[in-house]
Amino acid sequence: MIEQAFPQAEQLAPTETPFRQVWRSFRKDKLAMAGLYVLSTMLLLALVGKLLTEWWIVFDPATVRLPDKLRPPLSTPSAHLLKEQLPTWGIYLFGTDELGRNVFARMLLGSFVSLSIGFVAVSISLVIGVTLGGVAGFYGQRKWGPVSIDALIMRFTDVVLCFPTFFLILTVVALLPPSIYNIMAVIGATSWMGTARFVRAEFLSLRERDFVTAAHALGLPEWRIIFRHMVPNALSPVLVSATIDVAYAILTESALSFLGFGVRPPFATWGNILADGRTFIFDAPWLFAIPGTAILIVVLAFNLVGEGLRDAMNPRLRKRAS
Amino acid sequence: MASSGEALLEVRDLHVEFETDSGTVPAVRGVDLEVRAGETVALVGESGCGKSVTALSVMRLMTGRVASGEIRFGGQNLAALSEADMRRVRGAQIGMIFQEPMTSLNPVFRVGQQIQEVLVLHQKLSTVAARAQALDLLERVGIPSPRTRIDQYPHELSGGMKQRVMIAIAIACKPKLLIADEPTTALDVTIQAQIMALLKSLQQELGMAVLLITHDLGVVAHAAERVDVMYAGKIVEHGSVRDIFKRPAHPYTQALLGALPHPLAPAERLEAIPGRVPAPTMLPPGCAFCARCKHAFAPCPTELPPLLDVAPPHVAACWLHDPKRATADRAAKPI
Repeated sequence: MIEQAFPQAEQLAPTETPFRQVWRSFRKDKLAMAGLYVLSTMLLLALVGKLLTEWWIVFDPATVRLPDKLRPPLSTPSAHLLKEQLPTWGIYLFGTDELGRNVFARMLLGSFVSLSIGFVAVSISLVIGVTLGGVAGFYGQRKWGPVSIDALIMRFTDVVLCFPTFFLILTVVALLPPSIYNIMAVIGATSWMGTARFVRAEFLSLRERDFVTAAHALGLPEWRIIFRHMVPNALSPVLVSATIDVAYAILTESALSFLGFGVRPPFATWGNILADGRTFIFDAPWLFAIPGTAILIVVLAFNLVGEGLRDAMNPRLRKRAS
Repeated sequence: MASSGEALLEVRDLHVEFETDSGTVPAVRGVDLEVRAGETVALVGESGCGKSVTALSVMRLMTGRVASGEIRFGGQNLAALSEADMRRVRGAQIGMIFQEPMTSLNPVFRVGQQIQEVLVLHQKLSTVAARAQALDLLERVGIPSPRTRIDQYPHELSGGMKQRVMIAIAIACKPKLLIADEPTTALDVTIQAQIMALLKSLQQELGMAVLLITHDLGVVAHAAERVDVMYAGKIVEHGSVRDIFKRPAHPYTQALLGALPHPLAPAERLEAIPGRVPAPTMLPPGCAFCARCKHAFAPCPTELPPLLDVAPPHVAACWLHDPKRATADRAAKPI
């Protein structure tokens, strides 16, 4: 009706979702975009690698070729090999290790394992961190015995934060049966503290915001207010720290594997390829240089993307505040 | 407060306190309030006098504690309801609009989603039906191009439009009572008039009662039928709009009206009320206004005046209206 009353009324610009706004600003950051490209390539490689080394074996990471041990990158196989031992494309792209296994195949498999450890561990830490931080921020005022819930949760966070995390992980991993899943869980369970603090701080300010009061005034149940109305508004700092946390989780896993506490052979991860390589550091430098470079690149890319995200989300925060 | 007709909302002797580090602070000290079905009651007072706290107590959305008192709404005592039952009252039977439309909408959701949410919650509509209803509501609150606006984010709307959206959300479930907490304070004067006109027409259309909380006496004069004037956590005067504006009985109301700029006599200096509202922790035992009152006399600082009849139902909490004291004491020793 009103549209007819004002026929020429409005020329409205197309609506922009918050996601688009962040993307528009993120796109201008060249370093962050470079990081994003690198990450996408790595993710793709990891998926393809999983596919080609486990399900449809084009590159076999487990074939042992004793005559061909410690071949440098880009070398061709020797004549002593059986037919099924020959590497795909007839070349050792990244050389071979001390058992003559194809490092390229192992790197492909390893990237899947390393990246999935990073992502799963961070997902675990996000779930714990958002829940604890959210509860502390939202229900903080309530008392549980003589102490407030907020004090209880946040002091617990401080206690966990006080542990030297890496040694805690070492201890736990030494006690648990060695498996990728345990490593994921342990890394996740020891890295949620930052997220919990971020989320609590955001919730403390969000709780007093008018739209949260308005949501209460509409009779929405509390869980809905927390998860539908508050969590999305608290997400931007969490997202930034999560991106950078993935890098830390990958580093932690590499360090664990390097020390021999991480993922056990025959599973390949960047960390244990690196660990194997350190024995032959002068004879076969590619054995540590290749996984080391991969770790460096991925960690750097995650950090660049994280920082780009932070910058892209900040103007929005400023706009919201004014 | 003599009542004729059914009381929809009835607040009796409401006391609200806040626990702070420096002790218990009484924010509302015994408020009686009545809103009948379909009428508009204005709750007037300056900042910090407890009017918003009173409104939030009705919705039970307060961080403070309701120390005593009864809040009856449509026959049930809201203060005694369980939290789950209270949620069925909020949004469905009592709608609320807030002072700051800029921050009262969730910035990460589309306008339409926020309207649909209440409809899905309280009326159990499907998403599709709720969207159709949301479009209809946007049109009813006078938002141009509702089809585009429904998919926009709050930051793409002007302040007036956001307040219209807030109104649309508040009336979505056809509440019996709408609490409007300073609905026009944050808006331009021209938009203020539009919003008040919109509220008025929606009120007639839906037959809902409105509890209008404001410090703008101009808005009160146009919108309300009855007025409660609040000062330092108490109702100090109650009457019809006509009574309050033509024959203000409490010195505070008189001072408030005197402080209004008059468009036809712009040259004169405005009458300011001297002093300031006493802090809730340092209230005198008597009338809270006496330190700023021109007419204060003997009993004022020490004895709390009850609501005294001026010309019922017009009442005022001022000793001036107690025939015995006003003549005897005041003549003897004015302060």
